[in-house]
Amino acid sequence: MFKVFKYSLFDQTRSKWIYLYTLFFFLVSYAMLYLNNDLMSGLTNLLNISLLICPLVSIIFGTMYFYNSREFTDLLLAQPIKRTTILLGQYFGLSSSLSLAYLLGNLIPFILYGVIVSDIFISFIMLLIAVVSLTFIFSGFAIMISLITDNRIKGFGFSIFLWLFMTFIYDGIFLLTLFLFSDYPMEIFSISVTMLNPVDLARILIMLKLDITSMLGYTGAVFNKFFGSETGIMISSITLIFWLFMPVILSMKIGKRKDF
Amino acid sequence: MNLCKYIKLFVLLILFSQLQSKTLTVGQNQMFSDLKTAVKIAVDYDTIIVFSGYYKLNKLNINKPLTILGKNNPILDATNKSELIVINSDSVTLKGFTLQNIPNNFTEDWAAIRLNKSRYCLIEDNHIYNSFFGIYLNRSLNCMIKHNKIIGKAKKEFDAGNAIHLWYSDNALIENNYAGKHRDGIYLEFTKNSRIVFNTSENNLRYGLHFMFCDNNVYKKNIFRFNGAGVAVMFSKNVNMHSNVFSDNIGSSSYGLLLKDIVDSKITKNIIKNNTIGIHADGASRCFIKNNEFSKNGWAIRILGSSVNDTIFENNFFSNSFDISTNSTFNKNYYINNYWSKYTGYDLDKDGIGDIPYRPVKLFSYITANSKESLILLRSFFVTLIEFAESISPIFTPQNLIDNYPLMNPVKCWK
Repeated sequence: MFKVFKYSLFDQTRSKWIYLYTLFFFLVSYAMLYLNNDLMSGLTNLLNISLLICPLVSIIFGTMYFYNSREFTDLLLAQPIKRTTILLGQYFGLSSSLSLAYLLGNLIPFILYGVIVSDIFISFIMLLIAVVSLTFIFSGFAIMISLITDNRIKGFGFSIFLWLFMTFIYDGIFLLTLFLFSDYPMEIFSISVTMLNPVDLARILIMLKLDITSMLGYTGAVFNKFFGSETGIMISSITLIFWLFMPVILSMKIGKRKDF
Repeated sequence: MNLCKYIKLFVLLILFSQLQSKTLTVGQNQMFSDLKTAVKIAVDYDTIIVFSGYYKLNKLNINKPLTILGKNNPILDATNKSELIVINSDSVTLKGFTLQNIPNNFTEDWAAIRLNKSRYCLIEDNHIYNSFFGIYLNRSLNCMIKHNKIIGKAKKEFDAGNAIHLWYSDNALIENNYAGKHRDGIYLEFTKNSRIVFNTSENNLRYGLHFMFCDNNVYKKNIFRFNGAGVAVMFSKNVNMHSNVFSDNIGSSSYGLLLKDIVDSKITKNIIKNNTIGIHADGASRCFIKNNEFSKNGWAIRILGSSVNDTIFENNFFSNSFDISTNSTFNKNYYINNYWSKYTGYDLDKDGIGDIPYRPVKLFSYITANSKESLILLRSFFVTLIEFAESISPIFTPQNLIDNYPLMNPVKCWK
């Protein structure tokens, strides 16, 4: 597996897209810090952009990569290597290169602006962890989609829809439901619905650090318990770990049965 | 000529020395062994010096003008039996004591130091620990409370007293005190023309500072933090709040500063940070909010429809979850020349003022008011999207709640 991972990673480093991705985040975070001159607002802007861009890039770039390396996969499959090994190797190669690109692009400007000694360091680390997890989750979705269908157009369609669903449509339906049922206690519902979407989950993880003052403004026992103690971070982290495994395990199952 | 002047002065001095008061001492190997007898024997305007040591004492009434000084912090202990010092006379000075262990008493509101209808008193440099009420002024005019440290034992709001409590006590000066772990740090009711300066009030169960029916007061350069519900200023007019710090008041009904029926007041150069609600204005009218810094609050200002003719001018709003929120679709206040860290406009003519107006009320604050649970969707893209749509054509948010001249750079006025 490590060998496949290594080749996959080297393959990525030869791609100019990954460098563009790094450069994009470098420029974005540098520009935001330069314009705001304030770490806190830089961080909130970066949060918004990362939660939008990272899943998109991971899923689109991932699907593209898996479709393009199909021939290489076929070649590997002819060797006496286990299928899961090949797939896992490629998955980790993709997601770790994307994560590295993201980390590199953001760490440099933020460190230059002194994030390490500032009081938002923990929030910043939380953001990085959340976004890296999202990258892994959406790369997992990418490999899953490329295994489900061999039709590229269909695959891209699926991945764009999935991204759109997770980032916009889901929250829209969620908000609508909250509005329609505003007469009922919706605390447990809203927390569990948030847990069911990895993008929302990542957002909540960061909000637990950034917006805790306003989150505790709501008079509800469940919210207060969730946001006011370590329970919130515990539950969200455990769910995020579950989300990390879910697409990968599904892809392995599909990959095992697939007729290449 | 000169000589004549000197002789006059000399005669005056001799006369004054006749008037000079006596000094009594209390302590081991001193004139008196306990304070009570010393107070009993002393005549008006005498000075009593209490040397360091531990004195058990219960309810000491002071009915004549005396100066009572503690040397090296003598401890007066009520041993949880009664209240400690009750001053019933004008011009009493009490300085340099440690007073402790006053039990709760709900019918009489026992305090470590109580002043009943006494004027011109000075309470200075005292440490008060473990007391029900700390310093209690009842109809006592023109008093000074300075450099006291008052730390209570409050655990529940209903059985706790206030650190400094003023009732109908005009013209007071409360300076440089520390009040902690009481119900209210500093409590004023029907107290006019007072100054509250350089105090620190923290870890109190209810309010750091609580004002009721107190006109023409000034409070400045105080620090109020980690209190249950922040600072409340109610039913008063002409209050001047200047250079205070309101911070870390977090909770569902917690405010940095609560304004309830306040008229003609000034709120200037305060730092308001890390509160659930920075300023909650309910019925605040003709107030002037200028040069304040609002940072990292949940809601920087929540201004209800009952507040009219307020001016919010040259303030800095940094990284608040919500800058302004309101429950009304009308706006009768003025927002001008503020710096909003969320402002995304441009300044083509480089005059430091953004070319497009800023709408500080977001649609999402309207949504959260209607369905509180939606707070969990804060910073979601869907919300950003509908907020963007709302900002182009406002329907739910007040149309004229707008800062037409937002600043491009923060106002600098604290350093």
